[in-house]
Amino acid sequence: MAFAAFATGTAKEQAPRRKSRIALLLLLPGILYMMLFFLVPLVSLVMTSLQAPVEFGDIGEYETAFRWENYVVAISTYGEHILRSFGYALMATIFALLFSYPLAYFIGVKARPWPLLQKLMLVMVIAPFFISFLLRTLAWKSLLSDEGFLVSSLKALSLMAPDAHFTGTGAAVVFGLTYNFIPFMTLPLYANLERLDTRLVEAGGDLYARPATTFFKVTVPLSMPGIVSGVLLTFIPAAGDYINASPQFLGGPSTAMIGNVIESNFLVTNNYPAAASLSIILMAVILVMVVVYIKRSGTEDLL
Amino acid sequence: MTRPLPQDPMLRRLVLQAQQAQFSRRNVLKGMGVGAAALTLAACSSGGQSELSPATDVSDTEKVVRWDNWSYYLDVTDGGDYPSLDMFEAATGIKPTYTEAIDDNNSYYGKIKDQLKLGQDIGADIACMTDFMVSRLIRFGYLAPLDYANMPNVTANLVPALKDLDYDPGRKFTLPWQGGFAGIAWNKKALPGGLTSVSDLWDPSLKGRVGVLSELRDTMGCLMLDQGTDISGDWGDDEFDQAMAVLSENVANGQIRNIKGNSYSEDLQNEDTLAAIVWSGDITMLNEEAGDRWEFALPAKGGPLWNDNFMIPMGATHKKNAEMLINHYYDPEIAAIVAAYVNYIPPVVGAKEAAIAIDPELAENQLIFPNDETLANSKVFRTLTSEEEQKYGAEFQALILGA
Repeated sequence: MAFAAFATGTAKEQAPRRKSRIALLLLLPGILYMMLFFLVPLVSLVMTSLQAPVEFGDIGEYETAFRWENYVVAISTYGEHILRSFGYALMATIFALLFSYPLAYFIGVKARPWPLLQKLMLVMVIAPFFISFLLRTLAWKSLLSDEGFLVSSLKALSLMAPDAHFTGTGAAVVFGLTYNFIPFMTLPLYANLERLDTRLVEAGGDLYARPATTFFKVTVPLSMPGIVSGVLLTFIPAAGDYINASPQFLGGPSTAMIGNVIESNFLVTNNYPAAASLSIILMAVILVMVVVYIKRSGTEDLL
Repeated sequence: MTRPLPQDPMLRRLVLQAQQAQFSRRNVLKGMGVGAAALTLAACSSGGQSELSPATDVSDTEKVVRWDNWSYYLDVTDGGDYPSLDMFEAATGIKPTYTEAIDDNNSYYGKIKDQLKLGQDIGADIACMTDFMVSRLIRFGYLAPLDYANMPNVTANLVPALKDLDYDPGRKFTLPWQGGFAGIAWNKKALPGGLTSVSDLWDPSLKGRVGVLSELRDTMGCLMLDQGTDISGDWGDDEFDQAMAVLSENVANGQIRNIKGNSYSEDLQNEDTLAAIVWSGDITMLNEEAGDRWEFALPAKGGPLWNDNFMIPMGATHKKNAEMLINHYYDPEIAAIVAAYVNYIPPVVGAKEAAIAIDPELAENQLIFPNDETLANSKVFRTLTSEEEQKYGAEFQALILGA
């Protein structure tokens, strides 16, 4: 049908119309792709989340229904996990920001006279990506183990109680999240600070602003787009992460995040409606938080 | 569009309807939405499934068989060859493809369940899964019945105790691959005195250094046996809840550090856990790999005995070849080779005698060739009804998640 459009009609008369058809044609693969891999799964997820168990059914047997109570049950059962996920993600994001900002500032601003150093440091930020994220997390697990160097040193210095441990605690999970998502924070910040006009900072000094004042009044507002995208790139995946908090990695029975709950409901208990409704709750909460955050930080043009 | 309408009234109506539908952009979008919903419905539809039947067997023309199994579950050389599989190929001319695809019963089930439901090829002709999972697959009618004519060794050598199970009377659909125990293991250096019972794990000196398995039947089996419940017998909610109370108390007070599957071996190695509920054969392998540091024992009040089982899904396209593979592993000589490597219990009569020829010490190993005394101290976890499976499974998972 689309090809027939090219063949018939004179070009002059239909010029604008033809243009829009070509645009549609060019959009078609994208639209089909989104349909198939975004819209269909999303509709399927929403419908699964409303399914009801088959009466006297076997494990994993559900039928199409409109059981919105699934959401109530999910929130009342796993409300703590939802809060914990966002708490951990928030902490990890703040730590990553505190760690990444000086790093990105150094690479992007202070190291400008030495391009080689700049490149070297960027490589050092990215290099861990060449090794699987799972492997690196497992490596941390053994570095932080009870008989490992770190924990036994801290215990020898009485900085840790003799029967305390690190792996399997919330602190370990937040540590893992921070570590794993730091590059997602550093790179957007670097991309932004690298373009920072230092003359503006100098102007701040010329106007008798203390360095701290210049930093908060000039540098931070200018780097806001970098901060916003870094925070989004860190916070969103961290909230849904199920690797760091899993008992196989850095977590324990008291650190399960929403991702672990979804995984367990989906794979082990085959409670698909619960897993689906939790996924939707997770998506909705993230969406609301991101919109509010972007509105607040005054960078709507990112959307 | 001026073609005459067809004569058939049905077709006529359809064509008219089709002509009425205008292809405005909005309609196209609407159509896409409906299409998406229809696709989704098709994907979600659960009811009205018909009974499955075995797929066409092309074994005679395609001399291959695809086998999915767990890691460390077959004899392997340093070069990555599987001697017992090579023997199978040499004897039958069938080329086996062996994949360590299974890490956990539940996640493997999650991977293959949609194909199983439709009776389609799961990418393997044969796979090994644990009792409770094959019992579920039998219940759902996902498995192809076995043809004993292709398996004379099974008829001759299957251990009598495993011939009739409550979930598969007469072994119509499944056959045991290897069996093992769940029990307790401890770090010999940290606990030179060793442990004798499951309740020893709750000693205050082990606070935060205890691990248990994320497999319901193994962990709960150990705990229930410790409380004097016969897990193979007629127990109910009371006994389960009683054991659950002990478990949740020890999770809540931090005595139990972690609840996990196969990867518990890492915690033992880095000494985060000093004592744990584990699987028998793993400890032998771990001692060989990472220094002789651990000891395994069946708890004084008994440990659960489980089996992993061969199963052939309805969609398997090389069923006969798969049956010949099972037949091969029911040859006592071959079973002994595997047992000597994996350290689990072979379900094959005569494997012990054949193992003595390989290494006389093997025959004494209670974890591979348990004597009557050891077997009397182990129990098979009874098959749960589907209602119980869902209820207990949800309770146990909630505990793992700290909910």
